[in-house]
Amino acid sequence: MKKKKAAGIDEAKERWERAFAGEPVQEIDFTTVSAEPVEPLYTGDDVAAFDYMRDLGFPGDYPFTRGVYPTMYRGRFWTMRQFSGFGTPRDTNGRYHYLLDHGQTGLSVAFDMPTIMGYDSDHPRAEGEVGRCGVAIDSLRDMEILFDGIDLSKITTSMTINAPASILLAFYLCAGEKKGARFDQMGGTIQNDILKEYIAQKSWIFPPEPSMRLITDILAFCADHVPKWNTISISGYHIREAGSTAVQELAFTLADGFAYVEAGIAAGLDVDVFAPRLSFFFNAHLDFFEEIAKYRAARRIWAKRMREKYGAKDPRSWLCRFHTQTAGCTLTAQQPENNIVRTAFQGLSAVLGGTQSLHTNSMDETLALPSEKAVRIALRTQQLIAHETGVINTIDPLAGSYFVEAKTREMEEQAEAYFRKVDELGGVVKAIEAGFFQREIGRSAYEYQKAVEREKKIVVGVNRFQIEGEKIEIPILKIDPEVEIEQRNAVRKVRADRDNDKAARELARLPEAARGGDNLMKVILDCARCYCTEGEIIDGLKGVFGEYQEPAVF
Amino acid sequence: MRNDIDIAKLIGDFTRGSVAAAARLITIVEDGGAAAETVMDAVFPLAKGAYRVGFTGPPGAGKSSLVYALARLFRRKGRELGIIAVDPTSPFSGGALLGDRIRMQNLADDPGVFVRSLASRGSLGGISNCTDEVADLLDAFGKNLVFIETVGVGQSELEIAEKAHTVVVILVPESGDGVQAMKAGLMEIGDIFVMNKADHPDAIGAARVLEDTLRIKDIPPGSWMPPVVLASALKGEGIEEIAARIEEHRRHLEGCGLLEAKRRRVLHSRVRDALMDRMERRIWDNSDIRSMIESKMEEVYAGRVSPSRLVRELEEYFTGTLKL
Amino acid sequence: MARKIRVLIAKPGLDGHDRGAKVVANALRDAGMEVIYTGLHQTPEMIAESAIQEDVDVVGMSILSGAHMTMFPRVMELLKQKGAAYIKIVGGGIVPEEDVGKLEALGVAKVFGPGTDTRNIVDFIEKSCAHTA
Repeated sequence: MKKKKAAGIDEAKERWERAFAGEPVQEIDFTTVSAEPVEPLYTGDDVAAFDYMRDLGFPGDYPFTRGVYPTMYRGRFWTMRQFSGFGTPRDTNGRYHYLLDHGQTGLSVAFDMPTIMGYDSDHPRAEGEVGRCGVAIDSLRDMEILFDGIDLSKITTSMTINAPASILLAFYLCAGEKKGARFDQMGGTIQNDILKEYIAQKSWIFPPEPSMRLITDILAFCADHVPKWNTISISGYHIREAGSTAVQELAFTLADGFAYVEAGIAAGLDVDVFAPRLSFFFNAHLDFFEEIAKYRAARRIWAKRMREKYGAKDPRSWLCRFHTQTAGCTLTAQQPENNIVRTAFQGLSAVLGGTQSLHTNSMDETLALPSEKAVRIALRTQQLIAHETGVINTIDPLAGSYFVEAKTREMEEQAEAYFRKVDELGGVVKAIEAGFFQREIGRSAYEYQKAVEREKKIVVGVNRFQIEGEKIEIPILKIDPEVEIEQRNAVRKVRADRDNDKAARELARLPEAARGGDNLMKVILDCARCYCTEGEIIDGLKGVFGEYQEPAVF
Repeated sequence: MRNDIDIAKLIGDFTRGSVAAAARLITIVEDGGAAAETVMDAVFPLAKGAYRVGFTGPPGAGKSSLVYALARLFRRKGRELGIIAVDPTSPFSGGALLGDRIRMQNLADDPGVFVRSLASRGSLGGISNCTDEVADLLDAFGKNLVFIETVGVGQSELEIAEKAHTVVVILVPESGDGVQAMKAGLMEIGDIFVMNKADHPDAIGAARVLEDTLRIKDIPPGSWMPPVVLASALKGEGIEEIAARIEEHRRHLEGCGLLEAKRRRVLHSRVRDALMDRMERRIWDNSDIRSMIESKMEEVYAGRVSPSRLVRELEEYFTGTLKL
Repeated sequence: MARKIRVLIAKPGLDGHDRGAKVVANALRDAGMEVIYTGLHQTPEMIAESAIQEDVDVVGMSILSGAHMTMFPRVMELLKQKGAAYIKIVGGGIVPEEDVGKLEALGVAKVFGPGTDTRNIVDFIEKSCAHTA
């Protein structure tokens, strides 16, 4: 950026401003979906204080604004990783083979609600819910079926699981072990981000303190035994889906990240030992440029804090590597084909934002879990971006754009204001107890709804361009109620067939281990190996840790 | 069913233990009017003298969590519980978001607990106008312990003293400067003070400041000295102690005859308030009186007649002409 | 004074997505109704008992986890058993078209799909309760 202005540029700007003011403008809200105002034009004036080396640097180099790796997509595309799971482990295994056959490069597991909440498929609370919004996994047996025919030493798997993450990780590691893979060969991610559960996704089991202990146990265990494993996928996706703005997503996610780093350090771990395996998970929402600026700001903020505040020395600790999912909450039930286009734009913004891994939603997801055809189109969307658009040819193509750089800077500053607020409240956990994040999110959600109802924000097919008496004619995935019966029988069989003395002995070790300071992963793995069920292990921990009660926040 | 105001049938079902009937009667009482009076006429004599505990304090102090923890404890001791949870009505829309049940998860299917959420409905005190009547209903329904949880803003702290036998004031260390920020009035009406979030670093210090301040109050010997209890509702700490103090306070009131004295005083002011209410309505609901007043107001507006003179004239008119 | 409409907004089952439930609760409050929000993870028993104790006119359930064909009928059955079948049931969340038909045949007054304007929900509830005001 030249410091010296070209002759006549100020006069030209004023001419344009006069011309602009003299013309009619549309009666539209020229704000982002987060209600942030956007100027009609950005020029060098908006990035006057810009410094290339300080603000951007080079890809793979501090502060990583332009990308976490030197080669980015010239070296390797982002991982095309479609989140999926439904019904029985056998059903989902079929879907995994389908996706792998069609060119998917990594696996991603969606679990059903009972598994997410720590209940076995035959628990009364599981009734009506087994296999409905993900795959039912009750024990190591189910995990073995889920990955039947898949080499766990050669593929990475992301598991969207939080409160019981330690258990599902144990099941996965044992499943790989039984197929001859070593822990140190296995790579993948567990979401394991309990703080955002209290804030947004709300699938909690235990209160915050013991939950953080489980997380630091996982950090320590994986650092020693599963070095390729991404131990936390610090998530903003759900925060955004709950209705937050883009800045709130950015700030609350990174704040959670800082809290995990501090917890790890407080637990006596060297930051450079666990930080390189922390990863992130962002939303790819409607406003194209706001999202791109958000990802770039995230990388810059994380790098600065990790190096300056937490004193991390290993450059890998400074990296904000992230997975992205296109925004489910923006999909409409009306004219579902439009969702293919929305997803394409959103996926494109994630790629231009430098994501390491991407999930694109299917068009029918407001109505049901994705059908085969819909998920194939979603996967093709990524392949089209990768192979036909050409955007991958150069790294961080939007760098230097007056608008994008100004917006990146603006979001960074707005995020910093939130960090100060959280610090004032005493940190993330205290802020959660005070209901701070939940209130902010609830307010943004309500304001957005009102904006849509007043047509200040347009939703195509819903409050504009609707079709009278529309009939939805796309095939929808249906979950057979037999799934629940089958899974219930299966878990009972596992309990009957295993060595019950051994299982009981291992389970009996849980309460003492929970009360003491030993790493819980060891005893959980032992329980997993002898086919203790998820519910049994969770109950063992619940007895000591207790259960979380949600606060009343609107 | 909404139109079916067959109060006799409802009361019959109510006495036979129908939760739905009890709930419907509460709604009728809340809505006021002649139907409410008919209900209370029938129900009031059935009340057996349930003990009432009020909970108040600033918003965010954790009242709901504490009420929930105490409720579970008293249930384990075999008490039949009624919980009235009051939340503010929006002055703009007249609607209300009543969220106290969120913290009462495991009570929702315990038949020994009846939880009713009330909106303050414009009551200036922040507590519902029909709290006494609803408490009577729950009492008559067989609940021997009634918890009343208030909004925590406005004057509701003070009103609660008239509705409950024991008032528990719940504070948290970050209630800003602890004692100083407490509304004048809270200090006077609290029978038990709870410093919630006991694990907060400032909790013990704040509790101590509170104790000192309470000790300065002029409390005659033999009177009740409000204790300060440290608690953590979320961790379940201090709950037993709070329950013990409540029982202790009750025994104190019974022992000094204060329980009966308070009961009489409260009933007296209930009658007085209802009477004033009724008299007021008689005047303002009467259109002749209203138009007469409006026409005579011109004299007052013009500055020729003083307000008090107009009122004297009106009084003569009421007693003489109208024989009010 | 017009009678206040009382509505119970409930999240049945294990589903933790409460954005919609809270937006609707706020909208109903802004429309002058008294809204009791139960919080997450409610069993059908908890919902039915709460609805009766609070003497609500309407129970609104939000389910995004696919468990609606179990939850709605169970709650309605419990309300019927306890003599409260007059309480109107409405719902929202992720409910495929053909299940909407089944639920309405079972007695659910209305299922509000994704993209519903909250004003429509308010109107519907006001009209449903009008004859009993």
